[in-house]
Amino acid sequence: MPKNFIENWFKRKSWKLHDHQIKMIQSGALGLSTLLIAPTGGGKTLAGFLPSIIELNADPKNSLHTIYISPLKALTVDVARNLLEPLSEMDLKITVETRTGDTPQSKRQRQRKSPPNILLTTPESLALLISYPDSATIFQELKCIVIDELHALAPTKRGDLLSLALARLNTWAPKARRVGLSATIPNPAEMAEYLSCAQTRNPVQIIEAKPTKKPSVEILIGNSRLPWSGHMGIYAINEIYSAILNHETSLIFVNTRAQAELIFQALWKVNDKNLAVALHHGSLSVEQRRIVENAMVKGALRAVVATSSLDLGIDWAAVDLVIQIGAPKGVSRLLQRIGRSNHRLDEPSKAILVPANRFEVLECQAAFRSVLDENLDGDILRQGGLDVLAQHIQGVACSGPFDKEVLFKEIRNASAYKDLSVEDFNSVISFVCDGGYALKTYDRYRRIKLGDNDLYRIVDSSTARRYRMNVGTIVESTTLKVKMRRGRFLGEVEEYFAQGLVPGDTFIFAGRLLTFEGIRETTIEVSPGRGETPKVPSYIGGRLPLSSNLAEGVRDLIQNPSNCQNLAAPVKEWLERQEQLSTLPKSDELLVEIFQRRKLFYMVAYSFEGRNAHQTLGMLLTRRMERSGTQPLGFVATDYAIAIWSLKPPSNIEDLFDEDMLGDDLENWMAESTVLKRTFRDVAVIAGLIDRRLPGHKKTGKQVTFSSDLIYDVLRKYDPNHILLRATRADAARGFTDIHRLGALLKRIKTNINVKYLTKVSPLAIPILLEIGRENVKGSAIEALLDDAEEALISEGMAL
Amino acid sequence: MFEFYLSNTRLIADISGALFWPEKQTVIFSDLHLEKGSWFAKQNIFLPPYDTLDTLNRVEKVINYFKPSRVISLGDSFHDDTWMERISKDQIAKILNLTNSYEWFWIHGNHDPSGAPSLGGINLNHYLDPPLTFRHEAKRGLADGEVSGHFHPKAKIKLNRNSFADRCFVSDEKRVILPAFGSFTGGLNVMDKAISSFLQDDFKVFLLGSKVRQFPKMALIP
Repeated sequence: MPKNFIENWFKRKSWKLHDHQIKMIQSGALGLSTLLIAPTGGGKTLAGFLPSIIELNADPKNSLHTIYISPLKALTVDVARNLLEPLSEMDLKITVETRTGDTPQSKRQRQRKSPPNILLTTPESLALLISYPDSATIFQELKCIVIDELHALAPTKRGDLLSLALARLNTWAPKARRVGLSATIPNPAEMAEYLSCAQTRNPVQIIEAKPTKKPSVEILIGNSRLPWSGHMGIYAINEIYSAILNHETSLIFVNTRAQAELIFQALWKVNDKNLAVALHHGSLSVEQRRIVENAMVKGALRAVVATSSLDLGIDWAAVDLVIQIGAPKGVSRLLQRIGRSNHRLDEPSKAILVPANRFEVLECQAAFRSVLDENLDGDILRQGGLDVLAQHIQGVACSGPFDKEVLFKEIRNASAYKDLSVEDFNSVISFVCDGGYALKTYDRYRRIKLGDNDLYRIVDSSTARRYRMNVGTIVESTTLKVKMRRGRFLGEVEEYFAQGLVPGDTFIFAGRLLTFEGIRETTIEVSPGRGETPKVPSYIGGRLPLSSNLAEGVRDLIQNPSNCQNLAAPVKEWLERQEQLSTLPKSDELLVEIFQRRKLFYMVAYSFEGRNAHQTLGMLLTRRMERSGTQPLGFVATDYAIAIWSLKPPSNIEDLFDEDMLGDDLENWMAESTVLKRTFRDVAVIAGLIDRRLPGHKKTGKQVTFSSDLIYDVLRKYDPNHILLRATRADAARGFTDIHRLGALLKRIKTNINVKYLTKVSPLAIPILLEIGRENVKGSAIEALLDDAEEALISEGMAL
Repeated sequence: MFEFYLSNTRLIADISGALFWPEKQTVIFSDLHLEKGSWFAKQNIFLPPYDTLDTLNRVEKVINYFKPSRVISLGDSFHDDTWMERISKDQIAKILNLTNSYEWFWIHGNHDPSGAPSLGGINLNHYLDPPLTFRHEAKRGLADGEVSGHFHPKAKIKLNRNSFADRCFVSDEKRVILPAFGSFTGGLNVMDKAISSFLQDDFKVFLLGSKVRQFPKMALIP
């Protein structure tokens, strides 16, 4: 085998080729597409490149041989560095370059004329690269496509975009192999299908590298009183600090940015030894994040408090402990986080889970078991979004005239679009041409039109310009910069948070207490804050719902707490009391408790389907109760249960939970929901109806602006089946509403509802009742508040 | 509906965003921006083509409710001066039916400086019916009894940890500025200098929502 130079290099490094690396070389020699599943740090990325290095060594070329796609810009830079070093040590003349949004225009143009042998890029930059008239020639000699972190990309809209790009590359370079690199996943076959060409169905080989040791996981419960509710985990700060003291370098994962800020503050309050502890999350400025990452590489830090901003990325060999504060929410994500410690396959990773409340103790226990049993939860692969398809077709048109039938065949080759119907395809084409409305009044205006030889082509260059400005599927919410008065830039916060601030308000951001001074254009001005009670930033996102898999684990645990020997004493007592006073929820039934408290009737259902599905359930149940005269006043949803309170006692519980609520009730609620409007905006941006607002840039006079909410309202009224509304509903169904899980629950519990009428609140209901009041009020409650506000002002004599 | 007085004249701020002058049986709309959608289509941005239809439907609804004898459209009735090239026959028929049925005034705005000469009604730069003056954009200085539009005012108020924002009328004792009525028209916060500099410091808004509510300036946030 012509790979001696590689073996020699490994020998010089006194390393050994891993089994999976050898297998990758073999499958590369056979020209097979391959899915490599290996934990972080197993030399996975290098394994992906080895076959290409061997081929390029045997047969040097001037053309593009391998394209590498990563979800992170930063990762492409890091991989380039890690690739150039061995290449120069092996004395190979193989060219490697990155191409991302950060690459200068001149370099990008040069790359199109003379591409490197190996190009490292992102899905968005690849989409751009294939949208030029000369794109086909760049990829003619392409032999290999490597996709890193495939498990993170495939189930997203970025995965849809990538899937379409792969189908296009297949037309230009049908022989190119595809290589997917993935963390451990429960559904390798499904992931392999994503990699394959949907119509030709060329086989994809699966190579799995198993870690030899299982991770060592502990659950840590602080010595102070275990909280009933809340998600911050501050109560265990002293124990967390001791754990940091006892290890070289700790990576501390939390679930939200607000939690990251709080834990970071709390750690510094107890940091007697002045350990170097840093903070890392997505709202901090890029420069600040890079400083932390580099310090970590150098081994200058003892601990970093991070959100999912560090879930993926650069390997830090020095990390010997991962601490997860708060419930892990999913087993796969937890494993990915645990895998960030100890990047050697032959040693176990070490992790500590710190539950923040009683339910989270159960969730951590369930996760602990699942990690040992390798019972993973996987994302279900998506049917490609029609908005993403619209964007892709604009890109295709920019690269040259196209035939509709030929394009349809090519798109059905993309695994995410293998079931695309002709009707949907035609609707998307018609949307791209002139908006695709039922009312045809835009005949004279066209972005793309049918011309000579029955080919579609773009009408003028403005379409290409606009497409290139708007490419991509990540739509950021509007953010404002946070800047010290006459000082430095600290990061960004969402606009809505800034709007809630009044000058003089204090909040914690970037690890320090700040005073809000005012907003100037797109910048929030702050000064160092004083005092003790900050208003913590509450950012959108970051809070993932509990996975179905883990939910099942919690249900199992709760119906039989005696099976679990090492359950913390307060939790044990709590569950025993529940069994005496009410009952423990069984996994094949739905426990519903009803009790009266201070003149209100409470109904608590322990459905364990995650916050999103519960939120939807709450909206639908309150609508029904409204109709039946129960007069519901509000509800609160957690990952484990839902509580509704009303003026009259709820009745006919079985009818209330009937599956048919997913019909008209759902349709009506979704139509009115403000969240759906936000989803519509994202869909409209991705599909190219609305221009992207570049973050941090001010609106210019030239930029056309209009409110997507107004468009949504009008479209719903006059064209309810328009393609963008269909795409919006599809997103809502699989996204924030979690309809699938809700539907499965209602089907499962159909005749198995166990209703308990109690005289007072049950032990299990305490945590969720404590959540009441933390949630924002919505809908009719806003109206009531508006009336109150008006009346209060009138009575104070403030009104005129 | 919300009743208020301007220059001793009783006026009604309607939930739709239209203004009614009961004594003169007059309904006033502002900033209809008809054919805004098709204007964007001409720039290759294909907004839904239903805004003219929707706006006119709502205009008809308000007129059927108040049954006025006179209607004033306060300018920017059309999104640009070339709307005739794009508007559909059905919508023209709808507008002609309105201008034939009521005494109709088109006040010119900056978006439609030529008004609508071919659609019936009377075209004017501004219209004086003492004690009120109707013009598109508020004029500094001379203000008593001025009714205008142009700025698309909206207001935001803070409620505990939430806030609520919607279109609004904004008024001091000398003038009132109407919200935009068009289906695709956005808004500008009344706390913005562009609007507030026209008003005395004790101005108030009539905020639209599920009903019209009055708030003083001090209850508003930017």
